[in-house]
Order: sequence, then C-alpha cells, then structure tokens
Amino acid sequence: MANDLFQGYKGRALEVLQKYNTRVWGQAEIETTRGKFNGTVLPRACNDDDRHIVIKIPTGYNIGIDIDTITDMKEVGFHKANYKIPEKEFPVTPGLPHVKLIGTGGTIASRLDYRTGAVIPAFSPGELYGAVPELADICNLETEKIFAVFSENMGPTQYVALAKAIGKEIERGVDGIVIGHGTDTMHHTGAALTFMVQNPPVPIVLVGSQRSSDRPSSDAALNLMHAMTAAGHGDIAEVMVCMFGPTSDEYGLLHKGTRVRKMHSSYRSTFRTIGDTPLAMVTRKGVTPIKEKYNPRRKDRNVKIMPYFSDKVAMLYYYTGMKPDILDAMVDAGYKGIIIVGTGLGHVNKELYPAIERAHAKGVHMFMTLQTIWGYVQMFVYDTGRDMMAKGIIPCGNMLPEVAYIKLGWVLGQTDDPEEVKRMMLTPINDEITEREPYNGYIVLQGGVPEVDEFLQKVHK
Amino acid sequence: MKKNFDPQKNYEASKEKVGYVSRKEATQDTYDKLGFMSGLEVHQQLKTAKKLFCHCPAGVFNKNDVFDAEVIRHMRPTLSELGEYDRTALMEFKTKKTIVYRLKNATTCTYEVDDTPPFPIDREALNIAIEISLLSKLNIVGEVHITRKQYLDGSIPTGFQRTAIIGVEGVIPLRHKNIRLIQLSIEEDSCREISDIGHVRTYKTDRLGMPLIETVTYPEMMNPDEVKEACQYIRFLNRSTGKVRTGMGAGREDVNVSCKGGTRLERKGVAHTRLIPELTHNECFRQWALLQIRENLNNHINAGEWKIEHKTLNFFDYGFTYAPIAEAKDKSDAGGSKYKIVAVNLPGFKGILSHFTQPGQCFANEIADRLKVIACIEKPNMLTSEDLAACESPEVFEKLIKVFNANPDSDAQIIFWAPKDDVSTAIDVIEERCKMAFEGVPPETRKYLLDGTTIFERVLPGADRMYPDTDSAPIPLDDEDLKRIGKDLPEEVFNRTAQMLKWNIPEDTYTYIHKNNLYPLLATIITDLKYDSKYMGCFFGHRLKYTEGHYTCPQTFDPNRIYDMFAYLNKQKLDKGIADKMLPFLFEHPQMDFESILTSLRFKKATKAEIESSVSFFKNKYKAIGRDTTAKAETDWIMGELKNMALGNISMAELSNIIKSSK
Repeated sequence: MANDLFQGYKGRALEVLQKYNTRVWGQAEIETTRGKFNGTVLPRACNDDDRHIVIKIPTGYNIGIDIDTITDMKEVGFHKANYKIPEKEFPVTPGLPHVKLIGTGGTIASRLDYRTGAVIPAFSPGELYGAVPELADICNLETEKIFAVFSENMGPTQYVALAKAIGKEIERGVDGIVIGHGTDTMHHTGAALTFMVQNPPVPIVLVGSQRSSDRPSSDAALNLMHAMTAAGHGDIAEVMVCMFGPTSDEYGLLHKGTRVRKMHSSYRSTFRTIGDTPLAMVTRKGVTPIKEKYNPRRKDRNVKIMPYFSDKVAMLYYYTGMKPDILDAMVDAGYKGIIIVGTGLGHVNKELYPAIERAHAKGVHMFMTLQTIWGYVQMFVYDTGRDMMAKGIIPCGNMLPEVAYIKLGWVLGQTDDPEEVKRMMLTPINDEITEREPYNGYIVLQGGVPEVDEFLQKVHK
Repeated sequence: MKKNFDPQKNYEASKEKVGYVSRKEATQDTYDKLGFMSGLEVHQQLKTAKKLFCHCPAGVFNKNDVFDAEVIRHMRPTLSELGEYDRTALMEFKTKKTIVYRLKNATTCTYEVDDTPPFPIDREALNIAIEISLLSKLNIVGEVHITRKQYLDGSIPTGFQRTAIIGVEGVIPLRHKNIRLIQLSIEEDSCREISDIGHVRTYKTDRLGMPLIETVTYPEMMNPDEVKEACQYIRFLNRSTGKVRTGMGAGREDVNVSCKGGTRLERKGVAHTRLIPELTHNECFRQWALLQIRENLNNHINAGEWKIEHKTLNFFDYGFTYAPIAEAKDKSDAGGSKYKIVAVNLPGFKGILSHFTQPGQCFANEIADRLKVIACIEKPNMLTSEDLAACESPEVFEKLIKVFNANPDSDAQIIFWAPKDDVSTAIDVIEERCKMAFEGVPPETRKYLLDGTTIFERVLPGADRMYPDTDSAPIPLDDEDLKRIGKDLPEEVFNRTAQMLKWNIPEDTYTYIHKNNLYPLLATIITDLKYDSKYMGCFFGHRLKYTEGHYTCPQTFDPNRIYDMFAYLNKQKLDKGIADKMLPFLFEHPQMDFESILTSLRFKKATKAEIESSVSFFKNKYKAIGRDTTAKAETDWIMGELKNMALGNISMAELSNIIKSSK
C-alpha cells in the first residue's frame, strides 16, 4: 500500500515524502532554500535517483526538487490523473473485410509508464479506434492480445504461440491477420512465421512503429492503416512486414518476412528488403505489387502450421583475432546448431579450424552467412573457403544471418539428421535463398555524389 | 424590411458604443475602465555554437528555395500526461494539413526530422539559461525535466517542442513597480514557415532546434507602455550577459492581453518591441467589443437554441458578379477541385457581422480568418449581407432571405465558396465561431499585423499539451553548479541604469546602450581611462548609434575597438575631440590601426605654442580682411580657420580661450 501512495520513490526521497505526509498526486507547497515551489507530486521512474521529488507545476511543466533543499512541505489537495486513451466501440460495417489484430506488445499503441518513465503498450479495438478512427473505413476489426512483451523479449516460445494463434484465426475464417510487433526483432518473427505458417490463404502482416504513438508525428497510425489495408484488401497471402517506405508520410512497403531487415536504429524507413525488391507498395487506397510473382489470396483454409523450434541454436559473429575457445565453449554448452556470420564471401581465420573440426566431429550443424548482409556466400573462390567446407561448414547462399538462425532452430526442432538438416536449410520455403539477385536488389546510395543529391532533392527518401 | 440598413453606419455606431479611442487619446483611465491586463512571454535565442539537442550548427540560415531534400509529415493529436487532448491539437487535426519540410544538409541532421532520438542537452545553452534565471531572481529547480509541448501546426517535425523549466517565481524591477515572473524555460526553436496555401504548409529547418529561452511574466502590466517597458527590461537583462543572439528574429515576444470579463489571448511572435503598445491597445478594445457583442446577442437570443442554416447554391441562379466567385465557378466547371458555393443564415445576427472589433475590421473578419486557418480556404473566402464595402448586389441577399425564409429585420447571411471537401468543416467553423460570440472572447493565439491589428492564428493551447520526454533523463542542478555560474553574473540592468543617471548620462542614450550591452565597455572606459562619463555616454548613445545608421561596417563591429581608440588617444595625449572624426573611419575599416586613421584624417600633431602662434597670424589677417569688427565675428572666423589644426591637439573650448586671450 505504501508503494501505491509513493509510486517509484525510494530511499531518502521516500523518507521526505513520508515525513511531510505528502503523497504522489498530492498538490504540494514546498519551501526550499531556493525559494517556494507549488505543484502536483508525480510518480518517479524507478531507475532515477532518490535525491529528487518530481512535481508538475501549474503551467504543465515537470520539475525536480532537490530534497536537501526542502525546509517544509504541505499537501493541500489531491488529484490523481487518469491516463487513458478514449475508448470508443469499434463500428461494424457490412461489406468490409474482417481483420484480426494480434497484439504482442511494441509501440503501435502505447501509454506512459511511470515505473520506467518510458512508454508501455496499450491495446484494444476501442483504444485503437479512439486513436485512429480511420481504421473503421478500412475493415471490421477484432483484436486479441496474446502477450505483451517488448520486441527484444520475443523468442521461440512466442513464435510457437503466435503460429498456433494464426492457425486458429485462419480456421475461423478471417480475411487477414495483422500482428502488432515491436520493430527491433520484427524480421526474426517474420522469418519464424514464414516457416511455421506454411501455405497461408490470407495475408499475415507484421506492423510496428518507429515513433511511439504518444507522439504527434508517430508513424504508428499510418502503418496501422497500411497494414489493415494489406491484410483486408491486398491479394498477397504471405507473411509480410509492413512499414514506412520513405521517412515521409507517403506509402508503406510490404517486405517478405524472410528477406527483410531493420537497417537503422531510429529512422522510420528502417525496414529494407535485402537482395531483392519489396513485394509491394501500400497506401490507404490499396496494395500495388512490385514483384510479379507472389502467393495469391485463396478461399480455402489449407494452412499448414509447423510450430517447432529448438533453442539449441546460436550465432557466432566472427571478428578478426577470434580465439577457438569461443566456439569450443558453445559446443561444450550443448549447442547443436551454429550460424557463423563470416567476413567477405564467408570466411573466418585459420586459428578456428581445430575448433570447427571438433564441433563437426561432435555433430554440430554449422552454416555460413555474411556480415556484408548483401550478396551470396561463395566458398570456392579462396582456399580458406574450401578448407572450411571440408571441415563441415555449409554455405547458406544469400540467406540473411538472422533468418538462417531462425530457420536452423525451426529445422532442428524437427530433425537432427545431418543430411535432412542440410536439405531443409538449403530448400527455400519463401525466398530465404533466392536464385538470383536483381540489379536493383542492392541500392545503398552515397550522399554527396552529385547525381545522388539531385535525386534526393526530387524524391522523398 | 429596413430598406436602408447601412453596414458602414452600423460599424461606426458600434465603434462609438464600444468607446474606442486611439492610443494617443487614451489615458490610464481608459485602460482602467477596460480592465486592461497584460503579460509577456519573451523568447530569446542563446548564442551557442550548436543546437540544443543535436550537434548541428546554430545560427546558419538558408534561403527558402535552397534545399537538399524534402520530407512530408502529418500531425495527429495525442494525449497529454494527464490524459487529456489539447484543444489546439484537435483544431490542427481538423485542418488536415500536409506539412513539407525543406532540409539543407549543412543545418539539419536526422534529429531535426525526428528520425533520431535527442542527444544530451547542450550544456553551454543550459548554463546560459541558468545565468539568466539567476539574474531574473528565479527559484532554480533541483532537477531539470525535459518536457514535450505539443505543436501540431507542423512547426516542429516531432509534433512537440522539447522544453524544460529552469526556474519559477522571479521578479524584474520597472521604473514604478516590480513585475513578477512566472517561470523561465529553455527550449528548442521551431521551423521557419515558407508558405501556407490551402492544405499544404511548407517549412525550412535551419532555425529548428536552436536553443531559446522563454521568460514568462504574470499579467501585471496595466497599460500598453508598461508592457513595452517590461519587454525591454527582459530583453536588456538577457543581453546584459553578452551570451544571447541579436538581430532579426533572435528575440520575439508573445503578448497576452485581456480585459475585464475577457479571456486571456496570446499574440504570437511580435518581433518589434515598438509595435507592442499599439497591438495591446487594439487587442484590449477588440475584446471589449466582443463583450459588447455578447451582450447584444444574449439580450434577444437564447444561446442554447441558436443554430445556423445552410444551403448549397447554384452558381447560375444568382447572377454573381463578384470576381472571386466567378473564379470559383470556373474551377467548378473545370471539375478539377470541384468548388461549391454555400449560403448560411445566421438568425438574429443582423448588426453583428458589421459590428466593430478592430480599426477597419468587424465581426465578419473573425469568421473569415477562421475559415482560412481551420478550413484552409484562401481569402477572400466569403461575403456577408453586411460587408462594409458591398461586393454583390443587394438583390442576391434579398433572394437569400426568401430562400431561407429568414427574418429580414434580424437575420444576417454569409455566402462562402470552397473546394467540396472543405465545405463541411467550413460550416462547422462558422457555427462554432458564432456560438462563441454568445460566450464572449474565445481563447486564441493571434498573429499581429503591421497596422496594429491582429488576425486569428490558432486556438490558445493549454497546459494539456505537456508530456514528459521519455527520451531524456532528468538533469540534476546542484548548489555547486549554481554557485559556479552565479559567480560571474553581470551587474543588473536596474543598477546599470541608476549608475548612468548618477553619471549624468542623458536618458535618451540608455536604450541604445542596454540594447547593445555597451554598459560594461562604457564603465571600463570611464573608470580605467578617466574620460568624462557624460561625454562617453553620448559618444555611445549618440555618436555610435548615428555611425551605425549611416556607415557600413564590413563585418559585425566589435565595440571593444572603441576602448582601444580612447586608450590610444590617452596614451598619445591627444584631445578626445578627434574621436568623433575617427569613429566613422574606424567603423568602416575596423582593422585599420589608429595612426593610419589619423593620417587619413590629415591629422598633424601641433603643440599649444604652435597653435597660439597661428592665432596671432590669423588675428592680423582678420584685421586686414574682416568686415565685421566685433570680437565674436573675429573669434568665429579664426576658430573656423584653426579648427582642423586644433582638433585632437587641444579642445575647442581651449582654442576659443586662446583666441580670446591672444592679443
């Protein structure tokens, strides 16, 4: 109970509040050696120090008072704020597609959390409708929160639960599925769902936001509208990531779950399809395919749910001077599959060879992917590559490192027969390895070059 | 039907009833009757190398049409920390603007366009803000909390301004009273607007993110001149640190005005202090007029039941002759933007639309302004049955009265034309503003015009638009920090003024001296070099001011060169009289050494004895050629002949004495 009255305060700051009988949300008059301050005592983030008390002054600003300067304090009123997104019942419109929004957490809708001072996810059709009323013009919406975790806490358990939930919804007959997801590991989940939910008859769209929805310029609302459009009206029945195309509020891109990667820590247009073009562009008006071939929407419900995952899989990001004991330690810890992220065309130093041989002898499945992100593993060009293949490392083509990790976990969840593991890894389910890289599959423009600057002046990046 | 309702006469009559007088005619009595009350928010850019929350350079500016890239955004209202939507936010959302930002790589990084979270606050800026807070006698906070203040007009790409309170409850002394300060905050500056046409508003991001402080006073100024005095005091105080930016746009004021029974109104970004008195005067009367309108309306209409009627008109049924309507009709024909023309009947509003609000403006302007801002309909956007200068034939409105079955003795009509998609917002805007007339003065932010009147800019934001910045950690301010910063505070403006009075420096020089923060230099010259204080005050307040206005300096003139000049004269034992001649030279060639300046002025060193001997020569000469034999004429002539020789060597008074005493 005491914690409730003094939310987040601890140590000396808590003592001061208790001494002067002043609660969080109490209106306080505080006398200090720096003069007088008036305001409402606010909760304090748990990681902040115990030397200050936070108040909201009448003009709406927050300030902190140093407790060592306080000479007297009085609570003269009490008013608890009720932070709540206005809930309105989501209207049902006959004729619009039925879309299911599955919540996993993330910042697609969020509210303030005083404990950490950061924002936490908020989510219900009513809240979403209150925040983004335009959604009602796109589809009929149902929502379900199957867990609330931040993106970085998503893992195999969640992938399996998600895959099963999606299977259930498809069986129930929804026209499309949208998954609200934190952006950090959205491409991991995209890959996992591609492998676990095979042959889906409806679009499965992962969406998030790079700016939390508590900001006026958030990309959340537009991303959500784009995702709902893709899920409800689009013809592409695959697992896709739907996020901003350019940083401008113009259009979204639909990326294959197996070829997409988060490429900037904070940009809105952070998701890029690697080594290929995106599947499609999307606006509120509809989906415009970029790729000619895709799996179209079907009437049947013949989806195959394969919710398997072995957590005995790890990744090893190679760096120069790496010692073999790292790899030894992974093997000794019981890892059965290791994705190596090598340099250039797929290399590690010679010093590791004995450790690689040892791992291979112990039956560890090792696959090679690239730090360069773009391009194919090619281990024939140099002797070192051939050496490594001889020692049991299998090149993964142009599979992205994170995708390879997810896929190996999924494969090892089903078999540990080396030939079968190799076959499954190298047989693409949905373009995680492609046969060719189109010329426009690798575009990283360099600013400052005259023709690039001219392009940027005309086109919104 | 009253055939001869004359809107112009109604306007004049209502103006008289409101009791409007010009500012020249107004006295304290006038303002006391209105209950004039005003407060200030003074913004001042700080002179730092970098912006507040990123490492872009501060104070580098771009032309409107020079940019490297454009970014497009839309703003959407979000909840405040206390769980409320802000009313401004909702209005801005109604306007559905597309915001275009023009970026220049040299002045903008990914932080400004909201694609990178903030870096830690610029410590240099924070320290300047603390210094000014201490000077303003504010209670300094124990911990600085960065807060987000929502701005949905797009002037900041994030949709909010990062801002933080440094101190609360301070005071500044005016000549006859003290004015209390509510608070001082540090904040990032906003974008500069390039254009705002229809649904597209364009900004440039060069100024965006520059450090700024805002000093807010209580509404304790009781007449327009006090507002100006308080404003100047705050600006001089800021400048006394020598750590703030000067020049166009570096200091801006928002002025709050209210009258008895009115609401607080904020005037945005007044860049010239001299405009403040006229603006506050007119604004107070505008509010007084709106209260008069409220009384008129409530006397004969039940506000709760009042509503408007509207009808879409056919362009061809009315024989419109007004050019803008004809243009709209053409656009409608072309099918492009699909214009519509709509008539609105306002029951009981006869005599209200043409009611005086500001010089040259009536209540109808209040509606037209909102149509432009909220419904995005460019002006001219409407006609009324009471236009001060009629644009359409009376028959049009007579016909409308029939169509609406309106009361010709009490109702008024508006005709507006707009793109189809904006019509429903426009009707809402008209109804909303008219309903507000029953309440009195709507809380607004208004933009000033150079003629001393104002127009609607946006709904006045409240405390509901604040939200803690979850991207920044609080910054503790220890007593040690304050002690260190407080050690080198400049002398207070109030004391500086008192000292100049004591020094017999004429008052007309003070504004220039404070404005340019010349006092420290002035005081040093007076105390170090022992020059006469009155002379030095005038040298800065008159001579330098004149020189600045009439000569061009190739760079920003460094006033410390003036100290160097007097130190030189002192050392060379030259008379200070030559400084007047040297100053324009120095101003135009600030790098030139003083000897060269003297050479350019053809100055030659002469002893008193040499001058005396010349005097006797000219005395003899005057005897030969002089017609007027009075002593004064002789002295004047010789003074004229010897002035250039004497200048810098002896003072003119001494020269005159030599002439008089010489045989």
